[in-house]
Amino acid sequence: MTIQFNDETFRDDYSFHNSDWAIKRFPFPFHEDSYMYSVNMEQHRGGPAGSVYEKRFDVDEHYVSEMRDRALVLADDPLRCQSLPHMTLAGWDLLELIMVSKSEDYPDLFELHRDGNKWRWINKPLGIDDSFTFLDETTLPYGPMEYITRQSQGDFAVLDQREDNLWMDAGMITTQADWSLDFDIGMNFFEWHAPVPMAHEMGIFKRALKFLLNIQQGAPARRLNWTMTVNPLLDTSPENYHKWGVQKTTLTPDNIGAKQHLRVELQTFYRLPRSNGLAFPIRCYLCSFQDLMTMPKWGRRLHRVVRDLPDELATYKGFIDNRPMMLDYLGQFDDGLPTSPGVFPNFETEPPLKIG
Amino acid sequence: MMSKFAFPPSIKSRPVWGTFEARQGPAHLFIADAQGGEAILDVATPDLMASGHIIYIPRGTDFAGKLRALNPAQFYEGPSYAAAVSRIRRTLQDAKMGLQVYLAGTEGLMGQAMLEVTQAGIPHAAIQTEHRGSTARRMQCVHCKGFTEDVETYPFQCSHCGLNLFVRDHYSRRLAAYQAVCIDAEDPGNVPAPKGIYE
Repeated sequence: MTIQFNDETFRDDYSFHNSDWAIKRFPFPFHEDSYMYSVNMEQHRGGPAGSVYEKRFDVDEHYVSEMRDRALVLADDPLRCQSLPHMTLAGWDLLELIMVSKSEDYPDLFELHRDGNKWRWINKPLGIDDSFTFLDETTLPYGPMEYITRQSQGDFAVLDQREDNLWMDAGMITTQADWSLDFDIGMNFFEWHAPVPMAHEMGIFKRALKFLLNIQQGAPARRLNWTMTVNPLLDTSPENYHKWGVQKTTLTPDNIGAKQHLRVELQTFYRLPRSNGLAFPIRCYLCSFQDLMTMPKWGRRLHRVVRDLPDELATYKGFIDNRPMMLDYLGQFDDGLPTSPGVFPNFETEPPLKIG
Repeated sequence: MMSKFAFPPSIKSRPVWGTFEARQGPAHLFIADAQGGEAILDVATPDLMASGHIIYIPRGTDFAGKLRALNPAQFYEGPSYAAAVSRIRRTLQDAKMGLQVYLAGTEGLMGQAMLEVTQAGIPHAAIQTEHRGSTARRMQCVHCKGFTEDVETYPFQCSHCGLNLFVRDHYSRRLAAYQAVCIDAEDPGNVPAPKGIYE
């Protein structure tokens, strides 16, 4: 399959858009008509053909434009990419993992040629053809983590494992749901999650950490997380919150369908072989409300989830003020019919919506 | 014990301070500011002082004379933490196995000194803390990255970029600071009247 890469922006005129293909494969995060925190881990061993779960590192129509946006963010604020000194080996582990996976999963787009430590990496969509020596930083234009994550969609946290904990000791974070790598770098698992409400008391983080500490090589795991974003803005950073926060107030009943986006993170977890670190890719997918409403099941379900979400979560996720307007919009599509279980849209069998 | 404050329960990144106890060790390093001097006076024994080094920043208080009268092996009185930090680093360079460290006073002082001490490789088990005096916080503006010292009320204005900032409990040991985030981003100009952080 050849991917047609969009030429689009995630800022200013926001020309980002999803094709019908991208909407159908959007990782809708709600498997039932309500939502509450859970550890919700599963093995990351592929998924239905064409879904975002199929490949180890999903490449989609937004790839080239997302990488352009990342370069703009980094030029503006180099602190979005940091690696503590002991994390360089984990950076090489990550580079190897991504290069091997992408060249195997997308042989028409990426090639990796290895002769001992002499490696040649070809990235056709981005027009890159670099030869370098594996484990020799001087042969790459950036450190290994920065080099490969400038070519990979989604954020990447690289975690060190010691003292029965995970430590946020390196990362490339430019498409984040309002957290700061520069502030959180060096923190352990409980510390960087400290601001999350309710989940500590529910024991979520203790159980999640126990699971993550035991992830083995070759047995990656995945989960979904979600929030809401007004406009298809990838860089919802705290650093720039004083600039983008005001965009939340631009919603109107007329523009909410186009402007309000469900933001979903496909989080995956890979044990790294040399460093024993944990790679934690956080891939962001955006879909406008009006595009979501083209899938009848999602149209019915999203209204019910947003309506019944506890106030603490709507506040933490930053949409408590806009929730009434969201419900006015989404409510039009909810005809009260039951929905089928699971996250997939089942658009061939789900009855059409009365409106929309 | 008049200057001890009971901090309300908070999130897991927020530091928790202790109470000094005299420990066995070949040498004892005390770093304190303002009312932190009282914590040293409370724990001091002739034994600790015989191998004790006190680094003290009075900040307008009058404990320096009493601390000097403890007759520590070394005593330093400095005008500010920034002025004292090169001495702290030099002292830590000479630190031997078993050194006991005591940090007391404001959170800003303890946080910054903790950073120096841990970066010098002193194990956590050898470091004690005791909060005394002001509950003001050292804040980092997440937007411009500038630090504002001794923040007692919020919202406060960033001393670097001028944004009106909310005070969070999220704390970075690496920065020795709490996080400050723009309070009126979603409603520019709507800045509530300041109130005490623990009011």
